[in-house]
Amino acid sequence: MLTSTQESASTSSERTAREESQLAEVWRRLRRHRAAMLGLAVLVLFAVLATIVQFVSPYDPLKQVLKDALLEPSLTHPFGTDYLGRDILTRMLYGSRYSLSIGFGAVAIGLAIGVPVGSISGYYGGWVDLIVQRFVDILLSFPGILLALSLVATLGVGIENVVLSVGISSMPNFIRLTRASTLSIREMAYVEAARCLGASNPRIIFVHVLRNALAPVIVQATLSLGSAILLAAGLGFLGLGVQPPTPEWGTMLGEGKDYIFASPNMITFPGLAVFLAVLAFNLLGDGLRDALDPRLHRR
Amino acid sequence: MFKYVARRLLAAIPTLFGVACIVFLMVHMLPGDPARVIAGPMATEADVAQIRESLGLTKPIGEQFLTFMGNLLHLDLGISARTSQPVLSEVWARLPYTFELALVAITLATIIGISAGVLAATHHNSLTDYLASALSLFGVSMPVYWLGLMLIVIFAINLHMFPAAGADQPISFALPGLTLALYATGLIARMTRSSMLEVLKQDYVQTARAKGLSERVVVYSHALRNTLLPVITIVGLQFGTLLGGAVLTESVFGWPGIGRLLVDSIFARDYPLVQGIVLTFSTMFIFVNLAVDVLYAYVDPRIRFD
Repeated sequence: MLTSTQESASTSSERTAREESQLAEVWRRLRRHRAAMLGLAVLVLFAVLATIVQFVSPYDPLKQVLKDALLEPSLTHPFGTDYLGRDILTRMLYGSRYSLSIGFGAVAIGLAIGVPVGSISGYYGGWVDLIVQRFVDILLSFPGILLALSLVATLGVGIENVVLSVGISSMPNFIRLTRASTLSIREMAYVEAARCLGASNPRIIFVHVLRNALAPVIVQATLSLGSAILLAAGLGFLGLGVQPPTPEWGTMLGEGKDYIFASPNMITFPGLAVFLAVLAFNLLGDGLRDALDPRLHRR
Repeated sequence: MFKYVARRLLAAIPTLFGVACIVFLMVHMLPGDPARVIAGPMATEADVAQIRESLGLTKPIGEQFLTFMGNLLHLDLGISARTSQPVLSEVWARLPYTFELALVAITLATIIGISAGVLAATHHNSLTDYLASALSLFGVSMPVYWLGLMLIVIFAINLHMFPAAGADQPISFALPGLTLALYATGLIARMTRSSMLEVLKQDYVQTARAKGLSERVVVYSHALRNTLLPVITIVGLQFGTLLGGAVLTESVFGWPGIGRLLVDSIFARDYPLVQGIVLTFSTMFIFVNLAVDVLYAYVDPRIRFD
């Protein structure tokens, strides 16, 4: 009795140790990836600035100071002010809270639905798979921004509906990807071994299959964070996303569009923020792809 | 070949049906009463009732669905709530603008993307290669709406080189075409580069080099043909995506296509028109993708039709 407890304790600690060293290995490879580290640094910077902006900036992101409207960049307003006299830099940094949260929220929804549905579809096959794949085909028949746009048109504007719409738009990719990984993992010897040991199907899917399908999902999730931010800001730009006066980057761009002749600053800086954030997630995603798959040689 | 095309066409029917179902549900799942939403806050009870009647919303939902699908089969997309014109003719009047813009963009993207990709692969690991990779990375990370606005600031407002808006002359295509093209350019360049690198490792390329052909002939007449096979798929798929991407570009440049019409209709709560435009976009997308598959099977004899 005693020995068996000891034995199981030692295997479980061995397992954690191995997982830790695997993680450390991935991190070590990622750290050597200069572009990915640059991306990570940009994202950390955005996150830090978003957290401390309220202590650092003397300006309120929403309060209108009409006498200071459309000022050019200066020492007091490094990026200038918008048409209501609000400091653009302050709004931009508050904006990273909204844009990053929307990105994470949307990808969380896409993952939470897409990964289980994809693995179930790939594992069971048959009519379940057929129905799920037809459904994915239908969702993918709305090109680009159109699915999110239609959903927002139906649900109404506002931050929650933007997260939901962008999340649903990111879902088909996760379903496809998890399904494809599951299809190959399903045939592996260790899955058969688990089945022989009497593991139930849900246990096989959620413990054995998903754990091994994780790497491509992590890469896709990182890249999706970029596209989610891009999409949400696009909705904001059209006036169909987060609504003014909330300083979301896309919404700021949409407001700035009407002042393009008077002051391009209202457009330049929020757009630059979107671009940098998306670029950073793309760099990090590419780096993670290389770090998680050492067999893949960079060309 | 004929059988293959027919089978693909048949397979598109359930997808089209599914899209139509979703578009139908979109309006009927609207929170609240669509008639009231269309009528606006100032409408009287009688106005709302009249709109409800004219949209057929008083009938049971099953009957509404059958009517909707039946009308679709006759290409009847309903009547625009705002202009009282048939949705189909509204869409038809604006469609050429979107189509031309997408065509200009995909042509630009194909020419620039393939050139950049070939240059990157033939100058592997050189400065040219890094610049081309940077172009692809920028292309997929750039918000098109921001790029469009910045191009307006630089080339229309500061340099007065191109018009900032409108679609009345050939030069009007310059800025929106370039804006819409960038994303696809990046993807096409990336695909061409990796495909070309793959092909250059093949035995027949070695053979061509070994028999003393110049590198130029090896690259452009031997390698390029096979490089372009997977690129065709990307170009085709991107053309479909560009049609959808036009929504943002058209809004930036005030382009009178169906993308901007869609945004305007959403704001005007013209749901019949929204339904019609979304259906048009999806149908075009499905058929463009289908055409790409067929074309791919046609140019690559290794793919069997059955």
